[in-house]
Amino acid sequence: MPDKLIVDVSPHIHSHESTPRAMWVVFLALVPSAIAGVIIFGLPALKIIAVSVLSCVLAEAVIQKLTHKKITVSDGSAALTGILLAFNLPSGVPLWIPVAGGIFAIAIVKQAFGGLGLNIFNPALAARAFLMASWPKYMTSFSRPFAGVDAVTAATPLDMLKEGKAQDLAQLGLSYWDMFLGKRGGSLGEICILALLLGALYLLWRGYIWWQTPISYVFTVGLLSWVFGTEGFLKGDFLFSILSGGLILGAFYMATDYVTTPLTKKGQLVFGLGCGLITFVIRRFGGYPEGVCYSILIMNAFVPLIDRHIRPRIYGLKK
Amino acid sequence: MKLIREFTKGITIDNPTFGLVLGLCPTLAVSTSVVNAVGMGLAATFVLLGSNTIISSLRRFIPERIRLPAFIVIIATFVTISEMILKAYFPALDKALGIFVPLIVVNCIILARAEAFASKNPVLPSVFDALGMGAGFTLALTSIAFIRELLGSGSIAGLITLKRFEPVTMFILAPGALLTLGLLIGLTNLLRIRKGKLALKKGGCCK
Repeated sequence: MPDKLIVDVSPHIHSHESTPRAMWVVFLALVPSAIAGVIIFGLPALKIIAVSVLSCVLAEAVIQKLTHKKITVSDGSAALTGILLAFNLPSGVPLWIPVAGGIFAIAIVKQAFGGLGLNIFNPALAARAFLMASWPKYMTSFSRPFAGVDAVTAATPLDMLKEGKAQDLAQLGLSYWDMFLGKRGGSLGEICILALLLGALYLLWRGYIWWQTPISYVFTVGLLSWVFGTEGFLKGDFLFSILSGGLILGAFYMATDYVTTPLTKKGQLVFGLGCGLITFVIRRFGGYPEGVCYSILIMNAFVPLIDRHIRPRIYGLKK
Repeated sequence: MKLIREFTKGITIDNPTFGLVLGLCPTLAVSTSVVNAVGMGLAATFVLLGSNTIISSLRRFIPERIRLPAFIVIIATFVTISEMILKAYFPALDKALGIFVPLIVVNCIILARAEAFASKNPVLPSVFDALGMGAGFTLALTSIAFIRELLGSGSIAGLITLKRFEPVTMFILAPGALLTLGLLIGLTNLLRIRKGKLALKKGGCCK
């Protein structure tokens, strides 16, 4: 970065926190979900996570070397992008998919815009959108949980709803408890809500993320799905809409990314609300079964606008 | 010497796509394959050559106040001719290019050259200007199309199809067009900065 002066919202209280520390803590908070993913989907999940993290870190180091920048791989941001990207992939994808996604995330989405702190879009999500547009057949075949090494594909609950094959949980053969623990088809890091919430609670408790975005995001999706339910007004399934898809992963770990989300807490409320609205619209009316990825990417583009209109009151000034 | 410079500027510093960033609509739309790109580039060059020649020779005759309608009529004439030629002799290419052949009428490269160059300069420089701009446009379009076709459908100029390669479908779609164009503009800017022809703006965020 050209200038050393960090311009941030006042008040400026100094603490011993640093970017690398925050990145590695978020990374550690994701480890329980990674373990859950490996338990549910077996060894392929572990391979994908490792390859994804490695390719992101290597891509970052190579580009910084080529552009004569300081190599900042140890700050953990590339590793974090890698693990988040892996969480967004089905466990059965060939191993070159995370490599291609990792290179795209770091080279195009992050470094082409100037590196950490200057990227407009969340690198992991943009890479997922790229992979989805390029190789949809790999990105939409999800493995059945606990199927072992045999690649048995299973539709996600949201797929079944979209295709009209099921109306409610009973027809899906699932309970809320199954959804909470992750006994369903889906991407390898999005399904175990319990593990995701454990990490998220730790981050909230230690103040690495704030509640504004995740709570407004999750409740907007839940409320809209309940009010405008598929079976009628006020008949939607609040819990199901929250537990399905990648909502919890997206709301707590991607919509709270420091770089690509609003600075103020009020702005974060608006950000979460917008994400929730777009997710609901895509899920309910769009062509895709799930809209978390695109909703966060779309709202990333609105962040400068939100930050411009919601400014904190300058200390000492009256309203 | 000066005429040669009128020709080369369209390929290098004033390249309509990478330098002036004009005519992006056909650039993004038809650069899915090299064949389409070359066809589009040649059609646009033909129209540019015709319109620049006629407009330059009529530049003292066209009244200032109605010059834009006059330019459009002249351009539209040549677009119609090129459309008829394409339909008669290259029906497959015509089908692939579709609406973008008639849309050459509103291609801003052509109107920009008419307004900025042909209406102010004699015929011979205008001819060289048109040829240079046409060549620059064709080259730019072809280079974008080469990358998009190679990555997006795994074939090299429609001749060789790569085996054991899973095409990156996104490069055939609209985001791939914008991405390729953006990266190529960045690359040409980098080369120009290295040559000292473009000043790099230092400093932080624009405030």
